[in-house]
Amino acid sequence: MEINTTTTSRIRVANLNDIDLRGARTVRIRNIEVALFRLGDGSVRALENRCPHKGGRLSEGMICGSAVHCPLHDWKIDLSTGQVREPDTGCMTAFPTEIDSESGAVYIVI
Amino acid sequence: MNHIKKLVLVGNGMAGIRTLEHLLKIAPGVCDITVFGAEPHPNYNRIMLSSVLAGGAGLQDIVINDWSWYEENHIRLYTGDPVTEIDTDKRQVTSRSGVCVPYDLLLLATGSNAFILPLPGANKEGVIGFRDIRDCETMMETAKTHKKAAVIGGGLLGLEAARGLLNLGMDVTVIHIHEHIMDRQLDEAASLMLRRELEEQGMNFLVNKRTAAITGRRRVEGLKFADGSELEADLIVMAVGIIPDIELAVSAGIPVNRGIIVNDYMETGIPGIYAVGECAEHRGITYGLVAPLYEQGGVLAQRLAGMETPGYSGSVISTRLKVSGVDVFSAGCYKDESGTRSLRYQDEIGGVYKKIVIKEEKLIGAVLFGDTSDGAKLFSLIKNGESVLGREKELLLGLTPGQSEANGSMMLEQMPDDEIVCGCNGVSKGDIGEAVAAGCRSLGEIKACTKASASCGGCKPLVEGLLQLYAGAETGEPVKEGICGCTTLDREAIIGGIREMGLKSVKEAMNVLGWSEPEGCTKCRPALNYYLGMVWPLDYEDEKESRFTNERYHANIQKDGTYSVVPRIYGGVTSPADLKKIAAVAEKYNVPLVKFTGGQRLDLLGVKKEDLPGIWSELDMPSGHAYGKTLRTVKTCVGNTFCRFGTQDAMGMGIRLEKAFERMNAPAKVKLAVSGCPRNCAEATIKDLGVVAIDGGWGIYVGGNGGIKVRASELLCTVKTEDEVMEWTGAYLQYYREQANWGERTAHWVERVGLESIKQALANAETRQELVGRIEETLSTTTDPWREIIHDKELLKNFVQLPELNSVTE
Ligand SMILES: Cc1cc2nc3c(=O)[nH]c(=O)nc-3n(C[C@H](O)[C@H](O)[C@H](O)COP(=O)(O)OP(=O)(O)OC[C@H]3O[C@@H](n4cnc5c(N)ncnc54)[C@H](O)[C@@H]3O)c2cc1C
Ligand code: SF4
Ligand code: FES
Repeated sequence: MEINTTTTSRIRVANLNDIDLRGARTVRIRNIEVALFRLGDGSVRALENRCPHKGGRLSEGMICGSAVHCPLHDWKIDLSTGQVREPDTGCMTAFPTEIDSESGAVYIVI
Repeated sequence: MNHIKKLVLVGNGMAGIRTLEHLLKIAPGVCDITVFGAEPHPNYNRIMLSSVLAGGAGLQDIVINDWSWYEENHIRLYTGDPVTEIDTDKRQVTSRSGVCVPYDLLLLATGSNAFILPLPGANKEGVIGFRDIRDCETMMETAKTHKKAAVIGGGLLGLEAARGLLNLGMDVTVIHIHEHIMDRQLDEAASLMLRRELEEQGMNFLVNKRTAAITGRRRVEGLKFADGSELEADLIVMAVGIIPDIELAVSAGIPVNRGIIVNDYMETGIPGIYAVGECAEHRGITYGLVAPLYEQGGVLAQRLAGMETPGYSGSVISTRLKVSGVDVFSAGCYKDESGTRSLRYQDEIGGVYKKIVIKEEKLIGAVLFGDTSDGAKLFSLIKNGESVLGREKELLLGLTPGQSEANGSMMLEQMPDDEIVCGCNGVSKGDIGEAVAAGCRSLGEIKACTKASASCGGCKPLVEGLLQLYAGAETGEPVKEGICGCTTLDREAIIGGIREMGLKSVKEAMNVLGWSEPEGCTKCRPALNYYLGMVWPLDYEDEKESRFTNERYHANIQKDGTYSVVPRIYGGVTSPADLKKIAAVAEKYNVPLVKFTGGQRLDLLGVKKEDLPGIWSELDMPSGHAYGKTLRTVKTCVGNTFCRFGTQDAMGMGIRLEKAFERMNAPAKVKLAVSGCPRNCAEATIKDLGVVAIDGGWGIYVGGNGGIKVRASELLCTVKTEDEVMEWTGAYLQYYREQANWGERTAHWVERVGLESIKQALANAETRQELVGRIEETLSTTTDPWREIIHDKELLKNFVQLPELNSVTE
């Protein structure tokens, strides 16, 4: 990843209504494709858009509760932690998100 | 009528009510019945408290007999009103609220209480047992405000409580006095495997620990152990055992030991007074599981009804962990002792452990971990005590179907009619036979009718076996599993629920039908979406978030995240103009690869998601169904239009079929083909439905597959006209849509249900018409998804990346 880890930035990436409930959108930030997921409860999670298995684009997967199923081979990835769920293993970068409750602006911290 | 006996039951729990149920069945009206229950609820399934706690069931789901049952059976019920006194001379009981009822027959079924260790501090708030609805509610309430839970006792109940608390979001530590958890049911190896598995699920264990005191002021704050160490805890669940509730019996002078002493007919030392269930002690044993209690109840009911009965002679018991997500089964004597031989199988990677214990040619015990599918069969062998000489290995390594099927069904045949199959609900082999005779044809139906396998599910394989035995080939309708890990319901039960309760959305279905995962998984969500659409073709609104990408974006996702686009080419017949259009679009969007598919279509591969809408609108050809669980293609040969052998117009027939059934959702992908003569150049006999022309007619072949396992199709029927081909195809496809499991290709479906059953179903012209009517109704609502997306901003937005707006560096 080509991010300088000594500085973090807060990037406004979307508005809540850009993302369907249980849907996803993507945004490219400094060479990383980030997927933004909107869970059934309305909250938003951000993950690097690459499955640790064979690089599937998670933004195209199905969102079930707090996890997304990769569209390629159905690995299940926890959206909050980026942790792959049993029986598979692996982990991927999850970015913290912030939502401005008044304007609906979605930020990610990278 | 003065010979009607007054029966009073003390204890509105599982054993007592089961006895009444039995009695009402075999001798309705012989008794005038009064029931006293200390709890404020009608009779409920205590076993299921574990599932309630773990979130798999609601409290209302576990009621066995609701208020109306008592009414219908003319039973007087006093709830929340324990009996406090028995006057054995006057033959009457008195309750706490002062109700006084005379009896001719008195039935004590007071169960047991959780054993609360007499530790200093054990009376503090936050220390509970795991016994009844109130305990369950306390745990659920506490989890909302507190974090740390300790469960004392690493036995069956303790682990189920711990699993539930974990699901409620608490940190859970299980404290066990011995080295090995569930040491009363498991040997060391299985115990260790279980512990490892549970640790992975997030449970903590402190073993070899003796609790010395409970600390805190009014409410608990922690535990002190004998070795001086401590643990913080806001809630302590004691699951160290149960003690039979014999207080009432003692005060009435009824002879007791550990429990109320009964003989083989459940009679206590005082005439007219009987005891069943956990409060009773039979031949020195008190039981803590329902199976034996139900056997006792059966005997007692017969006794009360004045029937001959050989009496109760004790039970062998089996146990099974219900809610942990780990399969554990144990039965009989599972430890090695002198005079026993044992065989083990241990697979640490697969997480499977099996052990069987044999004594003098007979199976006397078994422990299964990880794969418990043979549990019920082994248990049955343990109980019937037949010789297993020469079969030991087979028993250990699994009663695999095929070679030992004969043994399995022989065993079932030889099983006596009154042998209990479902211990939890006391259902015998005979009961299941009756249910099948009365028309039950699936596990779900048997469950609904007899309650067999409705509780812990341990007997499911046996019930399935019996269903097969009784119903067998006659129905061709085999037994089904829950459709995925989120539910125990099978397809029939789900569709039945959707129809009966008028469920109209995926979410509603999951709620009402008790899904364990609130949002389901990639197996059940698309399945529900399909079933709902199938049941309510006109008013169900398809839920795109419950479809796979291919069907959400109407393009096929490829391994590198690009998509492929396949415009529809009806019957594989195109025109120079269309070809030019496709070529122009491919060039304009730099499509890296253009390929002919196996189904006579052109595939544009390597398209970026952002380009999809552009490509679609410029192609302006219908599509979006070359990648879904739907009608894909209708392949054709040239037929009599050009071919010298052709007897019929294969292309025309193919195009007609494709135009009629395009956009049809199905349980799985569906491919059709039409050949102009039996030379079969369109390879119609490895398709889901193939039409092959003969002189003066058409043969319709079904159930073919050219995939992983090639399967040649079988002849469904021969017809004369194109219209008849349309009718039979429509009827067949709709029958498949209505009957198959979601995800099941026609080839598997035909193999599962047998072609004969399909032929029979379609033989009747009226039925065919009805099926055709329903498929037409369904198709009438479909639209071309590409067109829709191109004209809808909300749908279009999902094809483009978001712009990166601004960033603040900190
Ligand atoms: C959480 C949990 C999970 C379990 N899981 C399983 C399992 O998987 N498999 C299995 O086989 N068993 C299981 N059991 C055990 C099973 O529930 C019991 O063996 C069974 O319920 C005992 O039936 P019973 O009628 O003897 O007692 P109970 O069902 O306890 O009924 C006794 C009733 O009598 C009432 N009572 C007591 N005194 C009086 C009085 N003086 N007047 C009026 N009413 C009175 C009590 O309040 C109680 O409602 C489980 C138990 C629990 C608590
Ligand atoms: S199937 Fe018969 S009609 Fe069709 S192309 Fe082959 S030979 Fe000709
Ligand atoms: S690439 Fe994600 S599961 Fe295979």
